Amino acid sequence: MPDAPAIRSGAIALASRSTALLPLTVRDLVLRVDRATVLDGVNLDLGASGCTMIMGANGAGKSLLLKLLHGLMPPTAGRISWGDHAPSQVTARQALVFQKPVLLRRSVAANIDFALKARGKDMARRDALLDHVGLSHKADQPARLLSGGEAQRLALARALATDPEVLLLDEPTASLDPASVLAIERIVNEARDRGVRIVFVTHDIGQARRMADDVVFLHRGRVAEHTAADTFFPEPQSDAARNYLHGTIVV
Amino acid sequence: MQSMGEALGLAVGLVLSGDADLLEIVLLSLRVSLTATAIACLVGLPIGALVAIGRFRGRNAVLILMNALMGLPPVVVGLLVYLYLSRSGPLGFLGLLYTPTAMIIAQAILITPIVAALSRQVLEDLHAEYAEQFRSLCLTRWQTVQALLWDARYSLLTVGLAGFGRAVAEVGAVIIVGGNIDHLTRVMTTAIALETSKGDLALALALGIILLVIALGVNAAVQAVRMTAARQAYA
Repeated sequence: MPDAPAIRSGAIALASRSTALLPLTVRDLVLRVDRATVLDGVNLDLGASGCTMIMGANGAGKSLLLKLLHGLMPPTAGRISWGDHAPSQVTARQALVFQKPVLLRRSVAANIDFALKARGKDMARRDALLDHVGLSHKADQPARLLSGGEAQRLALARALATDPEVLLLDEPTASLDPASVLAIERIVNEARDRGVRIVFVTHDIGQARRMADDVVFLHRGRVAEHTAADTFFPEPQSDAARNYLHGTIVV
Repeated sequence: MQSMGEALGLAVGLVLSGDADLLEIVLLSLRVSLTATAIACLVGLPIGALVAIGRFRGRNAVLILMNALMGLPPVVVGLLVYLYLSRSGPLGFLGLLYTPTAMIIAQAILITPIVAALSRQVLEDLHAEYAEQFRSLCLTRWQTVQALLWDARYSLLTVGLAGFGRAVAEVGAVIIVGGNIDHLTRVMTTAIALETSKGDLALALALGIILLVIALGVNAAVQAVRMTAARQAYA
């Protein structure tokens, strides 16, 4: 396995975090899309810190739950509260990294500049951010010619440029090689160590074992279980999670 | 009828001789049509962008209207501008009738809907790709419009080119508001119309060939810029 790209830790000093957004409370959340019920009564409580992994089979509603939490779409019914705030009121205090990074048709550096300028952040932080994700040497290259792993690191740098209190990640390492996966995990772990709350959707059981403090397992639009990681992997509480971990096909 | 070969020879001869009258007509054509294109882009691109990202009541009606206006008959536009700029018209006091400015106004009105409608399609496709990321970054509407226009800049060059093509080839509007006055408002198309009506088909054809070559040159230049951009994945 090739070495993971070198990433300098601690390159960015972030201000201490307010925890006003947390805890997160989700009650009786329902989402219907084209008459199909994607989320069917989700209840969830997330604490102030750490890394929560959201797992579940394809179609379980993981990505849509993330978008609802980020305030990108309204639920059909139910309530989401970040502290005392509705999701759409606090979108700017969070960042979402998509499975397929959406990069602007500009240089690598210009992609970071764009996020810094949009949020009124200090433009001088760009070089430190690029250094942080190991892309300084590609600053002037077109962003859309980056490899999959580099593109996702740029998307992460852009997300971190907005100083999020909560970082939402939607399968950011799907289809990446092992070195790129570890590079992404290292950046996310460093953000967590600085106090950023992480909510991470993944299909990768190994990744969940490496990173999770707790695991939310979605099954057929509901939370089948929400358990601490050191319980979830050895002793999953639900049949759905047990079958998933043991590789039994669940429909 | 005079042969195509004769016309070609005449066209080459006119260009090689550096005919001052010809140069004047070519430069005026370019000045009028390029200025009209620039104005149409300044007005049409933001309209196209706002309609592309907007979700409002009556949007479909606006789209139908924008698309319909792409087929504005030049003579009708020429007539309307003439009525506004003529001495008894509401803008007659400006004294613009039979000036290049009047021709620019007419051509800008003619091609603004083309720029708006075509850019709307380009920008709507790009916005479909960017929309969630932009909402995540909490961009304002104006920031979204700016970002879309910048990122679609190479695709929009083709839109501008379509507008320029329509403008430089247009004769109906400019002959009404410009009057085809020698050394003042005579452009390629009106000169061709005049020479044809005088029966000098070879000269008319020669001017037509030069007009085609100019259009070809502008297209080639834009295509070269687009290909460079595509190699860098900016287009």
